[in-house]
Amino acid sequence: MAAITQATARFAAGLSLLLLAGAFLVEYAPFADIQALRMLFGTNVLNFALRAAVPLLLGALGGILCERSGIVNIGIEGMMLAGAFAAFVAKTATNHWALGPSLLLGTCATLLTGAAMGLLHALFCLRFGMNQIISGTSLILLSMGISATFFDRDAVAVGTFAPWPVPLLSEWPVIGPLLFNKPPITYVALLTVAVVGFALAHTRWGLRTRAIGEHPRAADTAGVGVAHLQYLNTTLGGALAGLGGGYLVLEAVGQFQEGMTAGRGFIALAAVIFGNWHPVGALGASLLFGYAQAVQNELLLAQVTVLPRHFVSMIPYLVTVIAVSGLAGRVRAPGSLGQPYLRETKA
Amino acid sequence: MNAAPVAKRIGLRHQSAGSRRNMPHPVLEVRGITKHFPGVVANRNIDLDLFPGEILAVLGENGAGKSTLMNIIYGLHPPTSGSVRVGGRQLECRSPRDAIAAGIAMVHQHFHLVPTMTVLENIVLGAETTRRGVLDPATAERDVAELCQRFGGQLDINLQAMIDDLPVGMRQRVEIVKALYRRARILVLDEPTAVLTPQETGSLFQIMRGLRHQGTGIIFITHKLKEVLDVADRIAVLRRGAVVGHARPGATTEQAMATMMVGRVPSLTIPKTTVVPGPLMLEVDTLTVHRDDGTTAVDRISFKVHQGEILGLAGVQGNGQTELIGALTGLRPVSSGTVRLNGRDTTHASARRLGREGDTGHIPEDRHTHGMVESFSVAQNLVLNLCNRPPFTRWGLLRLEAIRAHAGRKVADFDIRTTSLKQPLGSLSGGNQQKLVVAREMRDGLQLLIANQPTRGVDVGSVESIHHHIVQQRNAGRAVLLASYDPDEILALADRIAVMFEGRLISLSPAAQVDRNRLGLLMAGIPA
Repeated sequence: MAAITQATARFAAGLSLLLLAGAFLVEYAPFADIQALRMLFGTNVLNFALRAAVPLLLGALGGILCERSGIVNIGIEGMMLAGAFAAFVAKTATNHWALGPSLLLGTCATLLTGAAMGLLHALFCLRFGMNQIISGTSLILLSMGISATFFDRDAVAVGTFAPWPVPLLSEWPVIGPLLFNKPPITYVALLTVAVVGFALAHTRWGLRTRAIGEHPRAADTAGVGVAHLQYLNTTLGGALAGLGGGYLVLEAVGQFQEGMTAGRGFIALAAVIFGNWHPVGALGASLLFGYAQAVQNELLLAQVTVLPRHFVSMIPYLVTVIAVSGLAGRVRAPGSLGQPYLRETKA
Repeated sequence: MNAAPVAKRIGLRHQSAGSRRNMPHPVLEVRGITKHFPGVVANRNIDLDLFPGEILAVLGENGAGKSTLMNIIYGLHPPTSGSVRVGGRQLECRSPRDAIAAGIAMVHQHFHLVPTMTVLENIVLGAETTRRGVLDPATAERDVAELCQRFGGQLDINLQAMIDDLPVGMRQRVEIVKALYRRARILVLDEPTAVLTPQETGSLFQIMRGLRHQGTGIIFITHKLKEVLDVADRIAVLRRGAVVGHARPGATTEQAMATMMVGRVPSLTIPKTTVVPGPLMLEVDTLTVHRDDGTTAVDRISFKVHQGEILGLAGVQGNGQTELIGALTGLRPVSSGTVRLNGRDTTHASARRLGREGDTGHIPEDRHTHGMVESFSVAQNLVLNLCNRPPFTRWGLLRLEAIRAHAGRKVADFDIRTTSLKQPLGSLSGGNQQKLVVAREMRDGLQLLIANQPTRGVDVGSVESIHHHIVQQRNAGRAVLLASYDPDEILALADRIAVMFEGRLISLSPAAQVDRNRLGLLMAGIPA
């Protein structure tokens, strides 16, 4: 397990370094004049990549919290959509407020709604013994239905989070604008990777979470409250996934549309798997998927004719399929993922 | 409460020497525990006392309710009625956490360790030391090392090793250290010797004696009579969920305990007549088999089994026996080498072909995965692999009359206790399920019987009957390959004994040349 986790961490680090190195190259002559290189590593592409990666990353982190506790979360998409819709409703209701408080309220709404979705998932799975796949699917349908029914098509959310430049760091060449001049939810997402990664490895909560996902009976007989922790983690995970949806409304797009998450929750799930259920791995996977979208976007904008545009449009999906299909035997799901833990069965 | 006089009798008259010296009060009192599962009464009004510094053996057949009782004490099952008192205080035990807080620790028969975590992580899990919210492995490591030191090397473990990489005996040590780390005053060991070699068992008993010396009360659950006499201070016998008697090792015999356990006088040795082995039946030549993960499980093994002999295949679990039997029964592909059955090459024969042409009977290691369909009736299970041939089928239709008649015969011959032939097999006790599988596989026209752990997890009465039938097959001139993790079973039945260790056959000799001690060493991989 440790070895695989290291591999995913290396992948994440390698990909980030590659992109940064490319970004430095295109800043300076003679490479700055090579158009293909600009297209692959220009500030535009990389900013786009990060923007596309953040919601995937938050969704994946939410999925990780849930699945490391042993509960399958196929409903990330639903949690994200609910979060996006809640952000939109809160934001449009407070358009007359100052922008800051209004956005803050939207953020709180998105976190709480996501958490509620997570809690619902936990209740379905733990309290009512529902099949975890079915429960996840029902979350998706639920949030699609509710958001479509109550969506006020005339409402307009005014304003999004502006970038918060980090003093000094944002002045750095290349790295500054890429990483240290971002709106707040992006920072939160990146910090959460470090926080969850550290906490899983080095805190009591993390040790217990890993234990209940691998072998709940071992944890139970060692005095760990399995169900309590599963409720907590699924709820926290829901909040993170919800924030991933809220990001779309509050930071990226500024509006809500029906079915706005458009499959991002499923790509986030792919990122969970590709990242081997580890936050750093999920970061690498999200960057990869986000970058694939950015490249596709750039190629379409530049109207490259070497490839028919339909093939260009396939790039993100091809990358996802290839990435995930090359993984058989290389990643390992938590040992008891998807198996409900019942104390009173004859072991 | 009418349990009181019983408690008095057990508690005061049978207390151990150690407890009389220091502490006259029991550390654990079980009073009137009754437990109902749907359709079953697992425990009936059980009273037990445990004193500090004694080893109490709880003896009983499978299904006697030993594990259920311990799970109740440990808070895994709520009792239907009755109470548990620790140190004189009523234990409101709603989860293992409460039991741990009261000083109870339990080592389960199937270890409860997280395979992907280190030894240290498993030990501290649930009782972590932290500094400013962050785990403090250094302090934990020091504490654990200090604990282990008190046992002078008997409990040494590499704390950084992954559980996955440890042999069974070591995993058990981890469980014991886990209990010590939680400062347990009461240690429950549920069939701790089931998976150990005789040498590992010896070392476990040393550790148990060390713990007793330090004042820990130990409940030792087992159905092995020898071990009880070896290590226990006091013995309580359970039968059908109730305490049926008490004994002290000095004042009882194996026979007496077995009689108490089973409720009648069982025979502990199997009468075997000498049979001159007949012609060659099974010939295995430099067979190599791989596990699912590609590692080599069976490494160039060769042996022969003749008609009218039992070849015993001994070895600790996980040394390739499962894969070898899998290859011989057509359930696992052979990587190289050949298998010849009655002169024909059957190296790559399917299970179906082996059953049909070669007539190989297979009593699988795990009947739930390979031997039965729980929801099918007794009669259906008895023809699972025969229902495609006459007389059980005609024109592609099952002949229910023939199937019923067949089932009636088998149930009578093998003493399978069932209320009707239509009863789902899953509702029978484990011993009776196993007897059914044995009955089905010992069919007419059988040439080779492959029995893998035929009596694992079944009670003394059923063991006796299954052993009897296996010997009968041999006497009737069939070739028998018997694989078992239990050295006593091998010694009792086999004519020749082969020992597997890490995929190799490290010994193959006539049974008369192998005694128990030597077999134990061989199973541990130490050739004489």
